[in-house]
Amino acid sequence: MSDMLSAAFVTVFIATVIAQAMPLMLAAVGETLGEQAGVLNLGIEGVMLVGAYTGFVVTLTTGSFWIGMLGGAIGGVAANLAMLILNVWLGLNQIVIGLAITLIGEGITSVLYLQNYTKSPASLGQQPKLTLPGLSDIPVIGQALFQQSGIFWICILLTLGLAFALARTNWGLSTRSAGQKPSSLDAAGGSVMRTRSMAVLLSGALAGLGGAYLSLLTTATFSPFLTNGLGFIAIVITMLSRGRILVVMITSLVYGLAVAVGPALQVVGFTVPADIIKMLPFIIVIVMLIVFARSSVVPPALGAPYTRGAR
Amino acid sequence: MTIAGALTTGDVISLRGITKAFPGVIANDDVSLDIVGGQVHCLLGENGAGKSTLISILAGMQQPDSGTVAIGGEIVDISSPKVAVDHGIGVVHQHSTLVPAFTVLENLMLGETGVMLDKKRAAERLAELADLLGVQIDPHVLASDLGLGQQQQVEIAKAMWKGSRLLILDEPTSMLTPQAIEHLGESIARVKAQGLAVVLITHKLREAYAMGDCVTILRGGRNVGTIGVDELASYTEDQARDAILAAMFGDDLAAAGESASELAGAAEATLESRSIDADTRPVRLELRGVTSRASGRDVEAEDVTLTVREGEILGIAGIDGHGQAALAEVVAGQRSASSGAVIFDGADITRSGVHSRQQLGVRYVTDDRLYEGTVGSMSVALNLVIKRIGQRPFWRSGRIQPKAVDTEARRLIDEYGIRTPSPGTRAGTLSGGNIQKILLARELTNGARLVVVNKPTYGLDLKTVRLVREILIDFAAKGGSVLLLSTDLDELIELSHRIDVISRGRLVGSVVNDGAGTAEKVGQYMTGAIEGTDR
Repeated sequence: MSDMLSAAFVTVFIATVIAQAMPLMLAAVGETLGEQAGVLNLGIEGVMLVGAYTGFVVTLTTGSFWIGMLGGAIGGVAANLAMLILNVWLGLNQIVIGLAITLIGEGITSVLYLQNYTKSPASLGQQPKLTLPGLSDIPVIGQALFQQSGIFWICILLTLGLAFALARTNWGLSTRSAGQKPSSLDAAGGSVMRTRSMAVLLSGALAGLGGAYLSLLTTATFSPFLTNGLGFIAIVITMLSRGRILVVMITSLVYGLAVAVGPALQVVGFTVPADIIKMLPFIIVIVMLIVFARSSVVPPALGAPYTRGAR
Repeated sequence: MTIAGALTTGDVISLRGITKAFPGVIANDDVSLDIVGGQVHCLLGENGAGKSTLISILAGMQQPDSGTVAIGGEIVDISSPKVAVDHGIGVVHQHSTLVPAFTVLENLMLGETGVMLDKKRAAERLAELADLLGVQIDPHVLASDLGLGQQQQVEIAKAMWKGSRLLILDEPTSMLTPQAIEHLGESIARVKAQGLAVVLITHKLREAYAMGDCVTILRGGRNVGTIGVDELASYTEDQARDAILAAMFGDDLAAAGESASELAGAAEATLESRSIDADTRPVRLELRGVTSRASGRDVEAEDVTLTVREGEILGIAGIDGHGQAALAEVVAGQRSASSGAVIFDGADITRSGVHSRQQLGVRYVTDDRLYEGTVGSMSVALNLVIKRIGQRPFWRSGRIQPKAVDTEARRLIDEYGIRTPSPGTRAGTLSGGNIQKILLARELTNGARLVVVNKPTYGLDLKTVRLVREILIDFAAKGGSVLLLSTDLDELIELSHRIDVISRGRLVGSVVNDGAGTAEKVGQYMTGAIEGTDR
């Protein structure tokens, strides 16, 4: 058994953790942005699916993973337009719109996929790795971490950049105030509409990216209901992280770990029923909820459409 | 950095023929006035006189239906708060616009335009403004940790952040201690000396006289009188009061007589109810070291010991949010006590629920009259009997008895003067004053022995305020006991026999209300306990 814990095994394990964590992280960062601005997006599951599907189709047609990721982001933005128009601009109920987006996203992507690809299921193959000279020569970790695709690095940089922007820029301050007390932002001469619109669109782009990462890099294919509740887990993680993007990143890694540990156990010889292994990530999320839910703090104005002068 | 765009003394912001109508009311009707740099211009008027609408037009929150605003002779269109800020109009709203979860500095930087947050420059600007206002403000403390007096200083700094020519203060003194009000007066004088125009909205005449250079009185949305600078300076306080009252109440003055000046807070508040020989009366309610516990984030009552005797009104003074709600609910039975005992008429009711306390005669008039206090979508009649659900004669074998409900409702509507088209009208459509009367009618009827009232007159118009206070005095005179929680010091002094001061959930002092000086004593307890740095 000990020789099963070889360098190659650990390398694969770490790579799996990352592959599972990334889509969740991107989506949860997107959800965080929206929630910080006061928009609860329950449609993120649907947005991720739209992103995953468009990313998949674009990559199949163009042959480029990079353009595919871009397509996923654009798909996510398009899906979130519904939230933008119906909620931010027209003030309709966020929960209803969010659930509708989820249902529509699930339905449309399943129908389109079954219509177009069932006869010849398509797989995307491997994205070329970006080998970082020097670092990737480190044994075990080097291969797992520093032979990721360039897309991985761009996503990480994007996330860190957003964490910085949220904390240190005027844009970040405005965004947070739109979720805390939009009337203050309005009185200070900022625009609640513009701030929230921007946050919702960015949120859609990130959720779309998360979906595309899932279909392009993690699974290298699309199938109906591919996300399998990942969007809702992103909402949970967002609430538990209280708007701190670095915490979102760490919690996502924990999820990735939970997904990766099951197959690893099987490899090293434990006979765990497959059903238990599939349940493991969800059990972990439920346990996290039970333990930490009391300390989850959402922005006070979350879910409330803003109308000037209304109290 | 100097104050950009400051008016030179004597420069003018003129409003001409401002009219603004809302469905059912004309809030501003052809209002014209001139606001001059280097002067404090007081706007006086009852609730609903149109003061707030007028300033939200100046602040860009609302657009007038007709009329113009001109700054230094040039007509401007204040189409949004941003435009107002650009013109140097800063507003300190009645309700805080600070984000509680942000630091002072973050609150002040909100609305800046550059890409990066410039904390260094912001801290410099804050130091500059703090110097100008003569105050000290810690830039890194959370807004939610500030006392109300300090919050207001931050609000003023925020209003002047981008360089101001006009500073508008909307009822700035309503929640402050006497000491903090004095401070505010000094800051206003400093701002005025810088050549800025100041508009001070208040409904207290003595503040207008003390702080203002000129006075404009609004009534029913119209400008019904202006007292110019020279005129006001030549008046004694009494003359000024008479002139203002004449404009404020017009022909009603004769009828209103002495009470009119009380209405307008012209005189120092004095005890209305007779002093009672408290020691000889039986104790109605006693709290012994009560500490409350609930799952929310409210400030809890900590180790509270107090007694209320028969026929006594015990006032609880304190800044809003210092455990008043917890104290009220722990007496009413809506919140449980983790330690200590609640004794009512000699019996321990610490473990009794809301319903059994109701039966004993413990009643509670919440400060959240719209949501907790009434069901807006139900009729006035049902709201009046809702706490007697299932009881005869209103319910029989589980069925509601509309006739009995209607009879009782009509009796209460009559007795308490609730203005409603009919008992069947939805309660939510009534005015705040009438909703408060519904609550009082419901709680004080049917064997009430002790009533807990939390902020009973908050947000009501002056006439209803009068009426509510009379109802409470009357209730006590007939042997009922009142635990009065209020943030309005004048109200406490007018009604209470004794006043305890609450701070962070603890009672920090007790004052017998026996004449002049009570306000200062209470204020000192509030100041000492809460705003140690805010002398």
